[in-house]
Amino acid sequence: MSDNLVLEAKSVSKFFGTITALQNVDLHLNKGEVLGVVGDNGAGKSTLMKVLSGLYKPSEGSLFFDQEKVTLNSPRDSQNLGLEMVYQDLALAGNLPIGDNIFLGREPTRKVGPFNFLDHKKRKQLTEEHLAKLKINVKSADQKVEELSGGQRQAVAIARATAFNAKIVLMDEPTAALAVKEVGKVLDLILNLKKLGVSVIVISHRMDDIFTVCDRVMALFQGTNFAESELKNTSRDEVIGWIMGKKD
Amino acid sequence: MDHGEKRLMDKNQESLFVRLIPFFERYGILLLILIMIAVLHLLQPDVFLSWRNVTNIFKQVSWQSMLALGVFMVIVTAGIDLSVGSIIMLSLMGLAIASKAGMPWYVVMLIAPAIGFLCGMFNGIGITLLRMPHPFIMTLGTLYIFRGIGNLISGGVPITGFAEQIRVIGNGKIKLDVFFGEGAREYIPTSLILMIVIFFIFWVFLNHTRIGKWIYAIGGNPGAARAAGINVDRILIVVYTLCGFLAGIGGLILAGRTNSAYPNAGLQSELDAIAAVIIGGASFFGGRGTVLGVFAGVMIMGILRNGLNLMNVSVFWQQVLIGSIIILAVYIDVLRRQLATRT
Repeated sequence: MSDNLVLEAKSVSKFFGTITALQNVDLHLNKGEVLGVVGDNGAGKSTLMKVLSGLYKPSEGSLFFDQEKVTLNSPRDSQNLGLEMVYQDLALAGNLPIGDNIFLGREPTRKVGPFNFLDHKKRKQLTEEHLAKLKINVKSADQKVEELSGGQRQAVAIARATAFNAKIVLMDEPTAALAVKEVGKVLDLILNLKKLGVSVIVISHRMDDIFTVCDRVMALFQGTNFAESELKNTSRDEVIGWIMGKKD
Repeated sequence: MDHGEKRLMDKNQESLFVRLIPFFERYGILLLILIMIAVLHLLQPDVFLSWRNVTNIFKQVSWQSMLALGVFMVIVTAGIDLSVGSIIMLSLMGLAIASKAGMPWYVVMLIAPAIGFLCGMFNGIGITLLRMPHPFIMTLGTLYIFRGIGNLISGGVPITGFAEQIRVIGNGKIKLDVFFGEGAREYIPTSLILMIVIFFIFWVFLNHTRIGKWIYAIGGNPGAARAAGINVDRILIVVYTLCGFLAGIGGLILAGRTNSAYPNAGLQSELDAIAAVIIGGASFFGGRGTVLGVFAGVMIMGILRNGLNLMNVSVFWQQVLIGSIIILAVYIDVLRRQLATRT
């Protein structure tokens, strides 16, 4: 089991002035595992994700990628280690086509003399391949993101996060803004990532999400580890209880 | 008729209209130019399409098009540059003073673009590093500052007479004796060639380089650009610097065309530039617009002014017409957005 460990946080604390956002929180994630993180507003879920992605530096504690201790100075560092974050506000440019969004900041180029020009052909080809691999259906890779539905946008955001062989994907409320009929597609996409060997951490308030895609669920309460269980050993009612700080 | 059938019919009815939208979005503006040319040709059959008049239009728009192209890039980032009219004047004055001081022509030639470059960089640094709430404020400030400096260094009086090599850029003629026989009066203005080359370079820059793509991304969603690891501030500085640089080139062309530097040079031309960009289909909200559209916008302004002048329409009516066209162009953009979000 421990050979499969791709990400670990050991007794991580984060203080903002006198406020304690996280207190000695532990987290581990295995290869190809989907971990659900639940908790009430202010329980520290988002802070923990920001620590894992390198946006915040932990005040105490340490992070391990592939069982090696690392220090993250920026999200760039965690990206280089194969961790990608799917932002809640999606972070897509609506005026640009799907392919441009997926490769934004990492566009494939070709050299002509001393100049680097965008390789439109290669980007289109890579986009189509990647969308096919994730079984994401859109009319065309050239479609502008603003023309897509909320679920399709979420799919593009996830495609963007996984375009460069990410090993770990963090998702903050991936279904929060979606129409009911689109939620299923995004959850399928998460299961698809798992099949491809990607490890996923999902923050969600929706028990349906947690109980559809997760292998394991952990609850934070007031910035501390509160409870944790394999999904098969727990129930919705129990997890809802954890969120409210109740344990039998 | 049940509900599903009715919906299907609605869809069919609007489909032709909806399908025509992208066509008009892309080619509507070129269609408009063709209509304008046809109408003016009918009204002024002997004059409007004459070689002399057509080259005259191109010579007039060549320096204005430089401002429009620069302002266009700024507007794509959802910004604005009000100072380009003053940059053109300051770079023109700098050029004139260097010329008067007896510097060699190739130094004089470099001075206008160099001043434009520095002015633009000053704007860009002010907007990003000083955290101005909006580029409008920074460039409104420099609109006064740059023109003020221009008047300070020149004493507020015109300076005339430049070297032949400078004059060629704005006023040069490429003879077409090869096609029209020895001593023919037909020619192509040098400034037209320069304009086409610069527009082509910036078309390549905006459509085929990473920085060009990032400029559009910043206009679409600066947050997304930042999350993608793009240094938004640095790109904005590049954009404002290039805008200033183009205004400097505009100053150089104007120097050649008028053979003088004068205190009112480029006065209010920033508004013409913004108008051309908006008429050309760029969105004021950023992220939308094409280089070809800017060219079309500049041509529409140029053809309109020229045609109205030929027909002796008063300048006052010209103002009313241009203003109306701006509002109409933006209203079409609003309608288009409504249609896009309805689906």
